[in-house]
Amino acid sequence: MSATTATPNKFVIGLWDHEEVYLHAIEHIRAKGIQIYDSLTPFPVHGLEDALGYKETRLHTAGFFFGATGTTLALSFMTWVMTTNYPINFGGKPYWPVPSFIPITFELTVLFAAWGMTLTYLVRNKLWPGRVPRIYDKRTTDDRFALVFDAEALSEADITSIKDVCKKEGAVEVKDKVFEAGE
Amino acid sequence: MHAYESEFREPLINGMDKNYTKITDDLIAPVERNSTMWWIATLLTGAGSLFFVFCLGWTVWFGIGTWGLNKTVGWAWDITNFVWWIGIGHAGTLISAILLLFRQRYRTGINRAAEAMTIFAVICAGMFPIFHMGRVWDAGFIFPLPNTRGPLWVNFNSPLLWDVFAISTYFSVSLLFWYSGLMPDFGTIRDRAKGKWRKYIYNLLSFGWQGNARQWQRFESLSLVLAGLSTPLVLSVHTIVSFDFATSVIPGWHTTIFPPYFVAGAIFSGFAMVETLMLISRKLFNLEDYITINHIESMNKIIVLTGSIVGIAYLTELFIAWYSGFLYEQFAFYNRILGKYLWAYYIMMGCNVISPQFYWFKKLRRNLWVTFILSIFVNIGMWFERFVIIVTSLADDYLPSSWAYFSPTWVDIGIYTGSMSVFLFLFLLFSRFFPSLAIAEVKAIFRISSEVAKAERAKKEGATHGGFVGMQTVGPLDKDSKGN
Repeated sequence: MSATTATPNKFVIGLWDHEEVYLHAIEHIRAKGIQIYDSLTPFPVHGLEDALGYKETRLHTAGFFFGATGTTLALSFMTWVMTTNYPINFGGKPYWPVPSFIPITFELTVLFAAWGMTLTYLVRNKLWPGRVPRIYDKRTTDDRFALVFDAEALSEADITSIKDVCKKEGAVEVKDKVFEAGE
Repeated sequence: MHAYESEFREPLINGMDKNYTKITDDLIAPVERNSTMWWIATLLTGAGSLFFVFCLGWTVWFGIGTWGLNKTVGWAWDITNFVWWIGIGHAGTLISAILLLFRQRYRTGINRAAEAMTIFAVICAGMFPIFHMGRVWDAGFIFPLPNTRGPLWVNFNSPLLWDVFAISTYFSVSLLFWYSGLMPDFGTIRDRAKGKWRKYIYNLLSFGWQGNARQWQRFESLSLVLAGLSTPLVLSVHTIVSFDFATSVIPGWHTTIFPPYFVAGAIFSGFAMVETLMLISRKLFNLEDYITINHIESMNKIIVLTGSIVGIAYLTELFIAWYSGFLYEQFAFYNRILGKYLWAYYIMMGCNVISPQFYWFKKLRRNLWVTFILSIFVNIGMWFERFVIIVTSLADDYLPSSWAYFSPTWVDIGIYTGSMSVFLFLFLLFSRFFPSLAIAEVKAIFRISSEVAKAERAKKEGATHGGFVGMQTVGPLDKDSKGN
């Protein structure tokens, strides 16, 4: 998605019904230098991000740092409580019993990593309750693989050539779609 | 491009009429139609849930004395039920996380419903320790909250506190895992919705899912990491539950074998519950093509494995009690096998150790009635396992004058049966309004493991090396892969 310019409202949409044909189409279309605005599929298609030339997501790196935060927080909080804030003598046992910190430290690591990552995922993917997304075609969550082209700045000739390329690459349907501004 | 799969493997999506459209139609059908059966079942379990609430209210009003507990047996049905429910909750995360990491494709048919069961089972489980506290309005102080008594913190050395962290983490991470997988499928329902409100609500539930390549890319990264996190998590949860017993000094509880033994038992009972409910829903919702005999056989293999691990653990416990030479440990185990609770011990042994052994036979593994009946046996057996561990170890303690027998009161029975109603009630709501199979994930294996795809490939390569064409096998492996 091109996030730099104002959101375009006029699109050309190509629809495929087989993911293998679709993936080859993406490769050929990109090789021709045609910009793909967005790509929608009903399920995660393997190799799609490579075909589109996307970089690997850094979500898992974020997850690592969230997890490390949980580890640090758990260990330092329990240490502070047991040694500084309210040290209690449990039958002469050590004030700083590291082995019994392991379970809670582990659980908080997992908790922070999972929540941190999921929230990052929602923010990065622009998902929240009540968001109304642009539906380019209703069947992209059912049985169609779509390529969306930004037609705002394209000439009629360019649009026609994109449509021809899509059809040649096996698209089962090619259509125009215009959204109201702000829709 | 597709992951390699042997042509001799049985398909996971049956039926030559399948394509993506058909998959969507079939899997969403239960959400889009009204059924009288569903209403009856929901009202019945709803009434049962109200009785659960009533019994809990009774407990809070009159106190824990309304339960059958006595001075000697201070933990009985409550903790038995707690551990039983937590165990049932283990299959969901195991199926979705561990089977994902091991790339077992059969998970896609059962993961969504199993994850839902995890969440509902953990809700039921949590009720028991919370209400066992007595002053349930102070339950918040199980967490290390700042307070005006020092502040006096919780005891970080206590396995009961570890349990609080383990179970709350488990619940919330399972919820994230389940819900992040549901969003795309809610998007599918939204895009098919006819009414305005239906569309609005499912869009709300889908968080505005679109399904573009970026979203899917992050989706896959998220589910892989959540699976990686949940795998040790699911093992840790029941390990920590077993620490509640294992770190105590009660003979019969103080055993180092408890963590692996509890984890195996949890997976064992969890799969049994998944089978019980999935066998009913695949029939009611016409999902036989997606939850195939192949899926059921795979689950039965896990049941025979974990059931045998549990069986070995029982025998090891007995052996170690004898071998330890420790009188009190020996007495505890003597009581289990020959004491006043021997009936419970033999129900446990029969249901957990003997009944899964039938699954060594392929015919029985693939028989729906056998599977259904044995899955219920396993659930009964696993309840008795916890009962045996908890009650028989407590009833005859060090002081003969305080030896006691536990009998449940109507409140005990009401809370337990009520919790089953709550579980089924939530599951019924889930199966009516949520897609009970992961639609997107089933589609993702369509080109690899469906009957259609296998037939296509077989046609392309010719029938020279065999493979599945329809439900019939051709080629040299005919003899091995027939039974259906």
